[in-house]
Amino acid sequence: MTTAPAAAPVQLPGPRPQPRPMRRTARRIVRRLPVWLLVTVLLVVMLYPQFWMIMGSFKTQTEFFANPTWALPEQFSLDNYIDAFTRGNVGLNYRNSMLVTLPSVGLIVLAGLAAGYALEVMIWKGRRQVLLFVMGGIMVPGQMILVPLFTAYFKLGITDSLLPMILTYTAMGIPLTTFLMAAYFRAIPREIFEAATVDGCGPLRSFFVIAVPLMKNSMLTIGLIQFFSVFNDLLIALTFTTRPELATIQVGLLSLSDQYGSTQYGALFAAISINIIVLLIVFIFLNKKIMAGLAAGSVKG
Amino acid sequence: MTRVFGDRKTILILLLPTLSIYVLLKVIPVAWSLGLSFFQGNTLRGFEFIGLDNFREFLGDSAALNSVWVSVGFAVIVTIAQVTFGYLLALLYVFVLRKGSAFVRTAVFFPMVLPTVAVALLFKSLIAVGENQGPVNDAINAFGGESIEFLASTAGTMTIAVVMTLWSSMGFYAVLLYTGLLDIPEEVVESARMDGATGPRLVGYIIIPLSLPILLSSIIFSLNATLKVFDSLLALNNGGPGTTTAPLTLYMYRTAFEYAEYGYGSTIALALTLLCLVFTLVVFRPSSKRVED
Repeated sequence: MTTAPAAAPVQLPGPRPQPRPMRRTARRIVRRLPVWLLVTVLLVVMLYPQFWMIMGSFKTQTEFFANPTWALPEQFSLDNYIDAFTRGNVGLNYRNSMLVTLPSVGLIVLAGLAAGYALEVMIWKGRRQVLLFVMGGIMVPGQMILVPLFTAYFKLGITDSLLPMILTYTAMGIPLTTFLMAAYFRAIPREIFEAATVDGCGPLRSFFVIAVPLMKNSMLTIGLIQFFSVFNDLLIALTFTTRPELATIQVGLLSLSDQYGSTQYGALFAAISINIIVLLIVFIFLNKKIMAGLAAGSVKG
Repeated sequence: MTRVFGDRKTILILLLPTLSIYVLLKVIPVAWSLGLSFFQGNTLRGFEFIGLDNFREFLGDSAALNSVWVSVGFAVIVTIAQVTFGYLLALLYVFVLRKGSAFVRTAVFFPMVLPTVAVALLFKSLIAVGENQGPVNDAINAFGGESIEFLASTAGTMTIAVVMTLWSSMGFYAVLLYTGLLDIPEEVVESARMDGATGPRLVGYIIIPLSLPILLSSIIFSLNATLKVFDSLLALNNGGPGTTTAPLTLYMYRTAFEYAEYGYGSTIALALTLLCLVFTLVVFRPSSKRVED
């Protein structure tokens, strides 16, 4: 752990003796060897399963049975992907997931932002209590509200649409988002809002003109947290998906695995790989924001 | 100034949408669910008030009690493993890899964003036995072992579930704890080193006490997430073999939506909520005192 040189290298004028630095480098390599070995094992454990799955998605049915499991595909055929889209409904599932996720995340972020402003920047009696009241929702598991909501949606006659999912995700995302938004507003100096008021800006205008642009980064961070939790959810999607046409990608994957079971590996592998590849692309572009955002969301939640 | 920021109309416009969604879709359903736990039946069949019978049934229901144990066991084992591995990784990032840790951090973190269903199906394929055997059993065969049908046994399924959860989320806890470790002032670590604390002693006496708050919030977060485990155990083995690995969440889901027992389902949901509450308080109460010292 301590790589500080034990004996400080004395800078002598003239040619330095050759073997000493060499031996030191060699010693450092030997000392570093266990670390590199550990990191290599770690990376193989983390990356190989995903690599193996993506490679599997290009294999033909006969390759699965004829070749060893770690063999690479003989040729990169896209048949499995075509199969996943045509027979596996992956396209429809993706569309549903997006139609549910984007409005939910938009609503969660906007509602949370407005509430955060009203609870942190605006000054009124009882705002602490209201914030605590909303934060209480963070603790409540989703199972607690499923049955009543299912009944209510059924009575309203909206179960045959994606609306129940959007409403439920929005309600579930609001507590944490409001709390985080209030915390972010706390970090913005009040003077900014007060200066705007001095310049004749009303509080509502201040919200749109000052707060929204200032909170762009926070909105993106929280939006990403909520995007992943909504997009990856199974419980609510499973409860409120009444017909296969309404299935989100998670529900679709689950039924695809039941349907294909142990016979059609290719299409199943392709469907899972689509998930991995799409999220990997998003992740590569936004990884700093995602990592920071998820970490912030959990520490404060 | 206070008059401007106390403007009632603005407060209402900004707060009302959030508050009404929250009250209508979360607070009222919670209260409704609490009420339902004293009833039997469902919307189509009608409801019948049965007082505390659901709670009595719960305490004598072996499937429900098994579910409690699955949830608690899973939560405790996974939390210990997750926070331990996450902490070791964080120490690796900060003290061994240092500035060069970005790629490793990203690679280990990535599975966190993958849907649990996809991860579960991936692991199911990795450990598959038979005609299209996965690499895990192939490796076991290569070393001369017999193929193991992990999902045929309760212990095997739970092992895979734990490994799988650890695989997908330890990178997340590592990043969480890594940011905590970065907050420790360099001078404190340096002066401890000067005083002769190195390696395990440095970690034990300086690093762990200083990162205790973030360790505790990781534990609370992990317990709360794992007590609600649903997707992974459902997608991995459908709570099987039989119902031996069905957590409370899955038992609640089946009771309410497959057997249409709304009242009893609500009772199970309440038990789950209480479990989360108790676990948080147990970790939080003594810890908040310690952090203040």
